[in-house]
Amino acid sequence: MNIFDIMGPVMVGPSSSHTAGACRIGLMGRRLLGSQPVRADVRLHGSFAATGAGHGTDRAIVAGLLGMKPDDPDLPRSFQLAREAGMAVTMGPVELRDAHPNTALLTLENTEGRVLELSASSLGGGRIRVNAIDGLEAAFSGDLPTLIIRNEDRPGIVSEVSRVLSRYDANIATMQLYRDRRGGLAVMVIECDEPLPPGTREELRALDGVVRCTYLDLGEG
Amino acid sequence: MSFGSVEALLAASEHTPLWRAVLEDDCRDRAVGESESFERMTGLWRAMVRSVSDYDGARRSASGLSGGQGAKMAATGDALCGPFWQAVIATALKVGEHNACMGRIVAAPTAGASGVMPAVLIPLMERDGLSEEIMVQCLYVAAGFGQVIAARASIAGAEGGCQAEIGSASAMAAAALVHARGGAGAQMAAACAMALQNVMGLVCDPVAGLVEEPCVRRNVMGAVNALACADMALAGIAGAVPCDEVIDAAAAVGRLMPASLRETGEGGLAATPTGRRIAERMK
Repeated sequence: MNIFDIMGPVMVGPSSSHTAGACRIGLMGRRLLGSQPVRADVRLHGSFAATGAGHGTDRAIVAGLLGMKPDDPDLPRSFQLAREAGMAVTMGPVELRDAHPNTALLTLENTEGRVLELSASSLGGGRIRVNAIDGLEAAFSGDLPTLIIRNEDRPGIVSEVSRVLSRYDANIATMQLYRDRRGGLAVMVIECDEPLPPGTREELRALDGVVRCTYLDLGEG
Repeated sequence: MSFGSVEALLAASEHTPLWRAVLEDDCRDRAVGESESFERMTGLWRAMVRSVSDYDGARRSASGLSGGQGAKMAATGDALCGPFWQAVIATALKVGEHNACMGRIVAAPTAGASGVMPAVLIPLMERDGLSEEIMVQCLYVAAGFGQVIAARASIAGAEGGCQAEIGSASAMAAAALVHARGGAGAQMAAACAMALQNVMGLVCDPVAGLVEEPCVRRNVMGAVNALACADMALAGIAGAVPCDEVIDAAAAVGRLMPASLRETGEGGLAATPTGRRIAERMK
């Protein structure tokens, strides 16, 4: 933990896990979808479901979906702002097996009809972890600049990706690989030490076998 | 790299002020320049000041449990413990309530304990005319000690009870106050240790699981404890057990605490007939 994990963040209360972390989960969903959702179904598990209303967990997630950061003073008004922005939100509890007590399951859809399903947990102090994207396991926090690459599961793609990154002089901090089955769809999660230069994502996206490439740089300063 | 012990923190600050040792470590850790680090910390200080000035005594939390106490405390004409302590108590209440009402605060180290640091630092700054620069230095001192507490014990109520939240904030604030008065590193460590000793075992038992009852007023206790411990340390008093060992003891106590007393809203005040009635009403 660096000193700004201890002192800070600046955030709208009342709870770093149930409010600030929840807002970051919404923001993560929006970034992974690539645009503002027009429809959002939010399911809350565990302590999120039990104490979420009193902690503003519901409002914080919607605020994140609208692109607000955890310190946005408009966060408490997010339901109204979502209505004005034409975002249809449904919300309710869910019981997930073996999930962290502060977990949310989001199903988001944008104007192009793209649907994203995201499972993420709030770990405390505002830090979050993505558990799964579209049902595929993935574990990352978004604290570092992160690439999420969906690709066909076949030989050579990992080395192609790392070749591009090394050409851009990007140092990989962590790298994880997941797939649904051999030869099926795979997810590569790469956390880098420094923000990636412009053009990296586009070049990775153009690689043969890469289905989708999302780049997250949540650096909130 | 971050400091794993108070001993290491004191060793690093043998030839440089402790706050600077923390700043230099941050610069190495995050690969940033000194001015960049200092500006970011200054931003947190200003947000802390705003978390007090933005307080609105008419606001109530979503649950209806919080609001108005800070205004009442500030307005009372004849505080038993005098105007400075009155301001400390009122400030802790204000920030605690501002947080409960979804106002913007600085988690220090957590949102539930966000009232402690501003409650001791802002009235002191106003009374003694201290510069913003000194207050930002105080935040470095607090963060340095907080880092050790987070590494060796915990700053999450779900892990270590309220001692991990208000307790950590109080210990961090005590060390920061020693710096504000020009004390030495060893006195900061003594203040930190005594503050943590005094809240050892404090449970996290929020009514209905919300960061309101009794959390808002526990910020007052954390602030008052920090001031008393800083004054004791500055007078040359130190506990027998060194700071690192006190932190380790707090970690051990946290592990021994049953889950019902660690932010689950199932024990302590939350489990009283009234606590349960309020929780039922929230559903």
